[in-house]
Amino acid sequence: MITIKNYIAPNTIEEAYDLLIEKKNNQILGGCAFIKIGSKTIGLGIDLINLNLNYIKDEEKEIRIGATTTLREIETSLVLKNYCNGILCESVSSIVGVQFRNMAQVGAGVFSKYGFSDLLPCLLVLDAKVNLHSEGIIDLKDFLKREYKKDILKEIIIPKKDGKAVFENIRKTSGDFSILNGAMYIGKDGTAKIAIGARPTKAEIAEKASKALEEKQKLDEIRKLACEELNFGTNVKGTKEYRKGLCAVLITKMKERIGD
Amino acid sequence: MKLNINNKLIDVDVRPDEFLLETLRKLGYLSVKEGCQSSSCGVCGVLLDEKIILSCTYLTLRAEGRKITTLEGVRERSQYLVDFLAEEGADQCGYCAPGLIMAVMSLENEIDNPTEEEIYHYLDGNLCRCTGYKGQIRAIKKYLDLKSTRSEVI
Ligand SMILES: Cc1cc2nc3c(=O)[nH]c(=O)nc-3n(C[C@H](O)[C@H](O)[C@H](O)COP(=O)(O)OP(=O)(O)OC[C@H]3O[C@@H](n4cnc5c(N)ncnc54)[C@H](O)[C@@H]3O)c2cc1C
Ligand code: FES
Ligand code: FES
Repeated sequence: MITIKNYIAPNTIEEAYDLLIEKKNNQILGGCAFIKIGSKTIGLGIDLINLNLNYIKDEEKEIRIGATTTLREIETSLVLKNYCNGILCESVSSIVGVQFRNMAQVGAGVFSKYGFSDLLPCLLVLDAKVNLHSEGIIDLKDFLKREYKKDILKEIIIPKKDGKAVFENIRKTSGDFSILNGAMYIGKDGTAKIAIGARPTKAEIAEKASKALEEKQKLDEIRKLACEELNFGTNVKGTKEYRKGLCAVLITKMKERIGD
Repeated sequence: MKLNINNKLIDVDVRPDEFLLETLRKLGYLSVKEGCQSSSCGVCGVLLDEKIILSCTYLTLRAEGRKITTLEGVRERSQYLVDFLAEEGADQCGYCAPGLIMAVMSLENEIDNPTEEEIYHYLDGNLCRCTGYKGQIRAIKKYLDLKSTRSEVI
């Protein structure tokens, strides 16, 4: 059971950050879905509700998504529906149910780097960046490799890309976690990217397979490269071998959907 | 703190780690059911500013200044749906019904004339151990059809 001893909703991000680092067990509260199923004692729960971080801004060169934006707001956003085949909307649309997505926040999921995250592979192929209060703006790809350090994710920045992108996942039932998920992007400028997540470790770009996709190599070769270069593991959802097998299938499905 | 529940302002003392489900049940809103307590089943659904959320996972302190609606607050509006659920044999133990009805109210608030696919997608988070969903979908479609043809009734 979760215990939260005190609650505060600061009016500035500076105040929120100072409170966060003041004590080890002070913690940011997102939509609380994950916090709720934990069994920690939180000294001070810091709610970002007053910081105006709930937005999806359509700017000239990028789209900015505020940290407290809900997954449902991402799913139904017209701006995101019209961006790269609506990949971000699709990626969140199978997460539990509407009532859940009305609460779960995008910043929480990205900052926590969950292995099963359906959003992370998509953000990776789109070259997203994260804007952290203390560390500033960094590439999501680099952020995912970093050691955990207390910070506040303010927003996710997605460069406006001209291309097609698809998300695919394999889950036993709707609402369950993905056994494997992935995203593929092919830009009009010829660039291409493949990212695979829920292996069960966090999403990663398959660099060699992405290059092979860019060079328009045969599908068999792209699949082979991805299965070789990424590491797969075993958990209750599936074995390492099963995931490796699924990876090839996932890439085929994504390639069929995205076309050339 | 003060909570706006079904358009009534109610004074209540809450702990920082109290979730809305506990607060609502302690205040006597017993339509709000407790199930998984882990955001997975949908039985604890209530409306927050007209949209469905899971009360088991929503911190009560956060709800200050917002409008909470439970099944007790939409009795009249939901009566047709309740009747259709009974007619279609879509209720067995009935435990999931309040959460389902609140989700349908939210669906109505959000989507005009939803397709069957949209209804299924919207209600994906409402688990029912007894009925197999078909009866529920029939009832919901009848209810939504009635609404579109006789909007003055509902
Ligand atoms: C039953 C269940 C099923 C799920 N299924 C899926 C699924 O299929 N696919 C999927 O992708 N996800 C799934 N999730 C994860 C879901 O998307 C997460 O709950 C969500 O991403 C975390 O959001 P939250 O708002 O609930 O975070 P919280 O639980 O509030 O917070 C999670 C963590 O993030 C920290 N945090 C919150 N906001 C910030 C911020 N702005 N900056 C820094 N740290 C922050 C918190 O301190 C906490 O450590 C599931 C979760 C549950 C509970
Ligand atoms: S009790 Fe809230 S989702 Fe199950
Ligand atoms: S009727 Fe029993 S859970 Fe739905």
